Amino acid sequence: MSVLVYIDITNGKIAKSAFEAVNYASKIGETTVVTNGNVSDDELSNLGNYGAVKVLINRSLNDDNPNSLSKLVQAAIDKTGADTIVFSNNLISKGVAPMVSAALKAGLVTGAVDLPDAEGIIKVNVFSGKAFGYVKVNTPKRVISLTPNSIGVEEVGGNVSIEEINSEVDARIKIKDVIKQEGDILLTEAEIVVSAGRGLKGPENWGMIEELAKELGAATACSRPVADIGWRPHHEHVGQTGFVVRPNLYIAVGISGAIQHLAGVNGSKIMVVINTDPEAPFFKAADYGIVGDAFEVVPRLIEAVKKFKANN
Amino acid sequence: MKLLVCISKAPDTTSKIAFTDGDTKFDENGVQFIINPSDEWYALVRAIELKEQNGGEVTVITVGTPADDSIIRKALAIGADNAVRINMEPKDAFSVAYEIAEYAKSNAFDIVFTGKETINYNGSQVGGMIAEMMGLPYVSIATKLDMDGTTATLHREITGGDEVVEVETPFVVSATKGMAEQRISKMKGIMAARKKPLTVVEPTVNEQLVSFVKYGLPSAKSECKMIDPENMEELVSLLHNEAKVI
Repeated sequence: MSVLVYIDITNGKIAKSAFEAVNYASKIGETTVVTNGNVSDDELSNLGNYGAVKVLINRSLNDDNPNSLSKLVQAAIDKTGADTIVFSNNLISKGVAPMVSAALKAGLVTGAVDLPDAEGIIKVNVFSGKAFGYVKVNTPKRVISLTPNSIGVEEVGGNVSIEEINSEVDARIKIKDVIKQEGDILLTEAEIVVSAGRGLKGPENWGMIEELAKELGAATACSRPVADIGWRPHHEHVGQTGFVVRPNLYIAVGISGAIQHLAGVNGSKIMVVINTDPEAPFFKAADYGIVGDAFEVVPRLIEAVKKFKANN
Repeated sequence: MKLLVCISKAPDTTSKIAFTDGDTKFDENGVQFIINPSDEWYALVRAIELKEQNGGEVTVITVGTPADDSIIRKALAIGADNAVRINMEPKDAFSVAYEIAEYAKSNAFDIVFTGKETINYNGSQVGGMIAEMMGLPYVSIATKLDMDGTTATLHREITGGDEVVEVETPFVVSATKGMAEQRISKMKGIMAARKKPLTVVEPTVNEQLVSFVKYGLPSAKSECKMIDPENMEELVSLLHNEAKVI
């Protein structure tokens, strides 16, 4: 079986979720990666370590509109004869995957959390992470969009061949500007996320949240009310109408845990909740809970993390 | 401007999620259905605002059964001018997109709007499929949309930031937070909605590419372990030794 994975690469560096998608694909069949933009051969050669045997790259396509990327993926399918196309479920693939699916009339499975079973049925997240669905694809070709941090990444050791590929550019969508997010660690890629809410009382109190995040190598996030009143930027808002994150560790400080917030974080492996209110609904979803004042608990936690790092 | 807004029904966010018929169907018992939030708050409201600024007409479309007329009336109460219901139980995103694309092809819309994704299937599939089927540009996950004549300037979310793009009508866009603010329908709107036209269109025969064969609920979370707020060393040690996440 021939499998094709599309990965988007930002700033010339391949994300962990992209390696995970390649790893996932290589467990289904012989895997070719297709990508675009200005990426070095050195960086691309890392894909071999996660199970790819071949990389097709269109370096002249510095565009991420869904129409152009759909043409690129289709050109790669023509070249490889792939019958399974894999994406990592992210902002870019949400644009491209449905176009590829409709163009090929290939069933699209979004939000996969596991490999297809013996009958080809794929488990997915539905109801904003509150339930699972099991999806059967009724077409010869299929498109699978994998939920990040579902199966993890495993290094397998291997080499890839790198080849250029041409594809049609759809010039109807013109890029005028790119507004980059601040912060070093991308929220949706972070393994640890430290998040805070209204319990912090004001934007001037975020220093300790940022310090804790820095000590843990974590990204910072916030609840919806905090983004809405402008204490924190919108790109930090996690929840039903914001970003969905699935880190290994989610630390929530001063967030009550409304159902809309949980919808954005309930895929996290471990959740720590710090809140003054012992009745906060977030404790029901948490693995570890601390009832206490954030202004006392967080500085203590920062000290404890520093101590741990010094000893390990 | 002729604007088409695709809406879907979704269970209210606070609904209990349960399944029946041997876990093959969502249990609708006692569930309140609403317009999917990103379809309503962002796509529909922005379309109405553009009509208010530039003139034109907002049509809402859904694929569903007569039971869905209540959410259509709500969209009309918020300010859409007319509505279309494709009379079919939605089967999968492809079948829904196909029906909407077939209707839209013969009605020359300037912009086709969808929400970013539904809160029940989280697929984010219908918008891109409609664009492909109609051969139109697709601007996915847009947080801002302004018109100047036939030229649209949009902000779309991409990995690590936002991209500002320009596109000529016609095009397809999926809308997310930032594009507009929720509007509450007023009594006058609710009264007017009763008189606005709702056209029922019979579906064309189309294929279903995927089927949900079963559903399940995640296993119950183990009890939350409470930790002494004075003892953060214990938390760090548990995160390292027990949870193995640091």
